[in-house]
Order: sequence, then C-alpha cells, then structure tokens
Amino acid sequence: MNGEVILKAEGLGISFGGVHAVKAVDFELRAGELRCLIGPNGAGKTTFFRLLSGQHKPTRGTVTFKGQTLTSLLPYQISRLGIGIKTQVPSLFEDMTVAENLELAVPHGVHARDIPHRVAEVLERIGLADLRDRPCAELAHGQRQWVELGQILASRPAVALLDEPAAGMTHIESVKTVEIIRDITRYSAVIVVEHDMDFIRMIGDRVTVFEQGEVIAEGSFQQVAQDPQVRAAYLGRKETTDA
Amino acid sequence: MSRILQTLALLVVLAGGMALPNLVELYTVYEVTVYVVMALLALSLAFIWGKGGIMCLGQASFFGLGAYAYAIAALNFGPGLLAVAIAISVPTLFAAILGYFMFYGRISDIYVGVITLAVSLILMNLVNSTSGPQYRIGAAQLGGFNGITGIPTLAWPNGTPLDPAALFRLSLTLLVGCFAAISLYLRSRAGKVVIAIRENEYRAELLGYNVALSKLVTFSAGGALAGLAGCLFANWGAFVSPTVFALVQSAQIIIWVIVGGRGTLIGPILGCIALQWATTQLGTQQTIQVNLVLGLVLTFFVLVVPAGIAPLLAKCARAVTPSRSRITAKEKQA
Amino acid sequence: MDLASILTIEILGSVAVLVLISIGLAVVFGMMKVINMAHGEFLMIGGYVAIYAKNWAGLNFWVSSLVVAPLCVGLLGLALEWLVVRHLYGRMIDTMLATWGISLALIGAMTMLVGNTTTGISTPLSSVTIGAYSVSGYGIYLICLALAIFVLLYGLFRFTAFGLQARATTQNADMVAALGGNPRRIYSMTFALGAALGGLGGAALAPITGVIPTIGATYIAKAFITVISGGGAVIAGNLSASLLFGTVGQVFTYLYTPVIGEVALLVAAVVLIRILPKGITGRFFRRSI
Repeated sequence: MNGEVILKAEGLGISFGGVHAVKAVDFELRAGELRCLIGPNGAGKTTFFRLLSGQHKPTRGTVTFKGQTLTSLLPYQISRLGIGIKTQVPSLFEDMTVAENLELAVPHGVHARDIPHRVAEVLERIGLADLRDRPCAELAHGQRQWVELGQILASRPAVALLDEPAAGMTHIESVKTVEIIRDITRYSAVIVVEHDMDFIRMIGDRVTVFEQGEVIAEGSFQQVAQDPQVRAAYLGRKETTDA
Repeated sequence: MSRILQTLALLVVLAGGMALPNLVELYTVYEVTVYVVMALLALSLAFIWGKGGIMCLGQASFFGLGAYAYAIAALNFGPGLLAVAIAISVPTLFAAILGYFMFYGRISDIYVGVITLAVSLILMNLVNSTSGPQYRIGAAQLGGFNGITGIPTLAWPNGTPLDPAALFRLSLTLLVGCFAAISLYLRSRAGKVVIAIRENEYRAELLGYNVALSKLVTFSAGGALAGLAGCLFANWGAFVSPTVFALVQSAQIIIWVIVGGRGTLIGPILGCIALQWATTQLGTQQTIQVNLVLGLVLTFFVLVVPAGIAPLLAKCARAVTPSRSRITAKEKQA
Repeated sequence: MDLASILTIEILGSVAVLVLISIGLAVVFGMMKVINMAHGEFLMIGGYVAIYAKNWAGLNFWVSSLVVAPLCVGLLGLALEWLVVRHLYGRMIDTMLATWGISLALIGAMTMLVGNTTTGISTPLSSVTIGAYSVSGYGIYLICLALAIFVLLYGLFRFTAFGLQARATTQNADMVAALGGNPRRIYSMTFALGAALGGLGGAALAPITGVIPTIGATYIAKAFITVISGGGAVIAGNLSASLLFGTVGQVFTYLYTPVIGEVALLVAAVVLIRILPKGITGRFFRRSI
C-alpha cells in the first residue's frame, strides 16, 4: 500500500454487559485505500465500524485520524475533520428534494458559487439527475442508498465509512453501487462493511475478516478466500451468503 | 413563479394594511391590531416548531417576558427604542439560556415540550406572587396578578406617542417584514439546515452540522420574535398581567399552528386570525366556555386533520389549477 | 431537635405532595411512553368528586377520597383512552397535543358546570404537637398515603399477572401480542390506572388547597418535571425525583417563599436534565421498576 496511514485503531474494543463484542483490534487504513470489512453475522464488524465512526464509544483503546484522537469527539466534529458516514439503514432528509439532500452535504469550505456545479456532477454520477427535484420520501430503496452515497461524493471526505451500501439491492443495482464506490475512492479512502461475498468479490480489494470480535485474516480477496480459518468461520454458520 | 406571486401577495397585504386606517373606524383598527400582533406570535412558533422541529409548548414565556420587559423599561427609560431593544433582548437571552440546557443536554422533543411548558407556568406563578409594594423595578410596580397598568405607548423620536393607526401600521409592517425575512432565510443554505435538522437530526450531525448550536440559534430567534410580539401587545393595551404566561395562552398558540398547518409559515398566521375572530365571537355569549371549544378543536385536529388546513388548501388549489411548472415537467418526461 | 424533626416532616410532606400529583402521570409515561397533558384535570376532577361525594351523597370523607374519586376518574380515563389516546399510539407528540385538547375541554366543561370559584372541604384530622411546634395530622396522613401507594404499586407490578404483562408490554408490545397477550387492553388498563391515581391524588389534596376548575395548571408543572426527571422507571424514578425536588422545593420555601421554592425546583430540574438527559433512572437504578 502506498499512502500514509490516516485512520488507525489501537487495541480498540467494546463490551456490552460483559460480552466482548469487539475485543482488542488493531487496524490501519491508508490514504487512497479501499478496504472491505467482512465476517459472518454477529462477528462484530458493524460494531467495529460504529466504533470507528464514533457512533459507539469504546470501552478500551483509541481511534486516531491523522494523528488526532476521535474517541471523545461528537459526531459533527468527527464529520468536520473529514470522515463521511453512510449508515446501514438509509437516513435522509425525507421531505427535502434529492438535490437539497446533496447540497446540504457539500462542506462549508466550498464557495457558494461552486455548490450547484458540485450537486449537478454528483447527480450525474449517481444517475438521479432526472429525479433531482423529487422529495427523498418518494424514492425506491436502491435510489435512497445512492443518495446517501451521493452525499459522500458531494462532501469528498478524507475517509468514507460505508455500512452495507448494497443491502437490499438487486444484482444490477449492486453493480452500479460498485461503480459509485469506485468514484468515491477518487477523493476518499473507503471502508466498506458488507457480508455479501458476491459484492465483495466485485469490489475485490483488500479485505479484513472479522470473527467473534477479532480480526482473523487480512489480505486480498483471493488470499482470504483460501484461508482455512475464514472458510471455517463462514461454513460454520449457515445464515451467511456462501463465498 | 410562485416566488413572484408570494412577493406580490405580501405587497398587496402591506398596501391594503397601510390604507386600512383611512377606510374603517378607529375602533376596528384597534381590534384588528391585536390580531396582527398575535399573528406575529403565531409566526414565531411556526418558525421554530413547524420549520425547526423544536416543540416549544411554552412560547407564551417569551411573549410574556417581552411584554413585561417593555412595560418595565418604558416606565423607567421612556417609551423609546431602548425600551423596545430591552423588550426583545430579555426574552432572547432567556431563550438562549434555556435552550443551552435543553439542546446541549440533547433531550428528546417530548422533554423539550414539557420543560418549556413548565417554565411558562412557573413564570406565571412567579409574576403572580409579586403583588407586594416591595416588588418594584425602578419606577415600575410589578403588581402581582393585577399586572402593570398605564404602560406608556411607544413614541416617535420627537416624543409624540404613536396613535392607534400608526401602531397598527407598525405591527403589520413588522409582521410582513418578519414573514418575508424568515421565508428568505429558509431558502438560504443556513435556513435549509434548520429544516434538515427537523427532518433528520442524526443525518445532519453526520454531515457536520452542529445541531445543538443550530437549534439554540433557531430557538433564540423564535424567542426574539415572540418577545417583539409581546412588546407590541403591551403597547396595544397599555396593560400587561400574568395571564400572558398562562397555560391557555400557550395552548392557543399551539392551536393556531396545528389548525393552520405545521410546516408552513402562512398557515399558522391564518389559523391565528381565524381562531381569534372565532373566540372573540364566542366570548360575547355566555353559555359555551371558550376553553371547551378550543380544547375540542385541538383534539379534533390532531386526530382527524393532523397536517392542518394550509396543506389541505394547497392540495385543493393544485387540483383545480395545475401549475405551469408541473405541466412542463410532465412534457419533459414525455 | 424539635425544629429538625418538624423540618423533616415538612420536607417529607412536600415530597408526598409531589408523589401524589405525579405518580399517575409517571405510571402512564413509564409504561406507555405517553405524556398525558390532561393529568392536572384528572387531579382536579378527583378533588371535585371527593367533595361532592361527601357533601351531596353524604359519604364519609375517607370513602369518597380513597374509593369514589379514584374509581370515577379511572373510568373517565378509560373512556378517554378509548375515544382519543388509543388512536395515537406511537405518535408521542400528537398524543401530548390531543391530551392537551382534552385538558382544555375539561377545564371549560367544569367551569360551565360549577363556575370559576374555589370549593373547599375541611381538613379531617387535627394537628399533632411536637415539643413547642405543631404539625398537621393530615400532612402526616399524606406521607403515609404516598408510601402506601408506592407499596401497592410495587406489589401490583411485581407480583400480579397484570403487572407482569404490563412490564412485558413496555419492553416489547409485539412479543406480548405474539404470546397471546393483548397490549391494547394492557394499555387501556394502564391509562385507567394512571387516571385513578390522579383522582386519588387530587382528592387527597382537596382539603389542603380547595378545588377550582383551573387548579390543574398549578399542579402539572411540578408533576411533569418530577416525571421526566425521574426517567423511565416508574417507582424508583418517581421516588428519587420526588425526594430530590421535594427537598429542594421545601428548603427554598422555608428560606424564602413558596414561589421561590417552585423556581428552585424548576432550575434544579433544568440543570439535572443537562447532566442526565434521560432522567435519574435513565442513568441509575436502570433495572428497577
């Protein structure tokens, strides 16, 4: 990997009532990287993601972004540092239009004159230019996911954290989602949390595998897919999509 | 297109209002003034609750504080601009302090409603208890439940007080001006953030907006507006009593907004004028209690027409006359 | 020494008043997440029922205040739940506003029925002497009544089938329905219970304050503050918040005036909510009832 480390977790862990959901994870993300977090349901990947994004406060360990500790910051402060978050369930400004949703994502530093241009560009990329003046409440599920990804495109954060960006999508929609995520990597280092292995295969970059609150493997998709521990973790649980 | 229409409508209202004192009797002007003042109060809640999503059930607090602050300041420093400034700053500051504790504590909407209501009720009890001669601020005797009488009317810089016609014109200008200012503000980016927070507080936070601060600003601005209404109210009657803080007063503001339509600015203003007219009519007969009617109206609207009248009217208007922009949109699609 | 015990009794008395005016609201809020704005009017009607049951029907004060008033107001609560509240479950703000409408309507209706004047009733117990001071026997009765309410409620929620179902419904109404329970019935019973407790409280306080159609407004500010500061747990929350605010209010009342006591109570609540946004039991005693 080429870039410098921008997001780093050291000994990061959290317990809920005595259960160690995430144990003590060390993790690094470099600039320009696209990283997938995978693991069976309940492996702790979403919890780990929420620790990274500040949605949960850790019971031990720290998260640092460009050398600054994130753990005591509020969500808006974390966002202003340059971390964009797409939550698992799309969470939008329902009564506002698609264009307004994107406009609000453009960060403060951008000159007012350049905002419409940025919004138009993002609308084109996520393929919703025709629906720009529709309230988000009227959109289909997949389109709502894209608006949220569009907000990340519009804000161009240094790190984008995407929680299950293809959840509930058809195969064709997933393919388009992969394209959008590739677009995001032009400006941002990206972490994608996903349990759908087909989707991970399409993104096909560096993968970190979670199981029982720990990292059990890290490497390229092919490498981890061959890893006996990973295979055991996935085959041992029927509910997950097979690799 | 609709913007031009809106601006035109505002100008017509303003021009009509300016001419009104020449067309009708002075008593009617006096009666209508209080409608306009209360409409300003309705606008303040329409802004913070309808647009900002802050459920303030005790908006009467700021109205009352504005009225009392003007009365006390006018008796001490004379009825000039200083008194008006004080009448606006006191409720604004009060809203800011209260808002700090509420919004930085990140309490839920329900709690905001309960706290703001409790504040208005306790303010009423507090002012009610100031009947003794020891409760005076400078030249102003607070008077407990009797209130403050003989409040000097706002004067021109040369010292002559405003006559009822001038007070009406001033109130209407302020109402139209504040309405236009809020509408413009809501179209700006900062204004869109206010609505975005109402729509989805968490997403706004994730996009880097300081939700607590934004709510604090919105809430304080609403306090300022309500305070201005209170100041005009004290001018209108030359009298203020603790009933400005009463539960019924707070309830009325809520009812105007619910009936007119949460989420719009014009709805609550129309709701306010219509309901004020109706309660005045009701008040002249003795058989049916006003509270009974207001309560039933509130419960009925929440159960049956929760969105209020204004969205309903807008829907009807659209059904009758499809606007040009919609047609062109359809043509584009075809 | 006498002064200290008198002061303690007065503080406990003001705690008991807070409990009496707020416990019904706490039950409804804790179990159903509904803020019932008409609770003050339930208190008011409880007071009227007790007075009229005694003066017109000739019943004993204890019967009319401990049995008739809670029963009548409980039935009123049942009716209002059926008419209004049940159509709004899940819409917390709308429930609040709709019950506010009920509150205004009840004030208006009572004003038409009995007029806007205070009706009184004599205090049924004489005073008790402690050293050089005397305290009202009725005040001590109120303290005992508040305690009894806590004990009975605890028993109800902890040891009865209704209590078990009610607590389960609070946790997960769908699950209760899936297991063959009826959350709707539980909710309407809970609302009626809250109303009955309001009626009981209002009747108990009638001899001290008298009753007027608008008296609800003087109670609800304190009742609301107590309930939301208490947080989710009905008994632990209400007891802790009542103890805290009763003490704060009474100490400031003793030092200054009752109104300053009320202001101190409010300020304490606003500061508390900044520190503990989910109320006392949102942070402490989370597992309690």
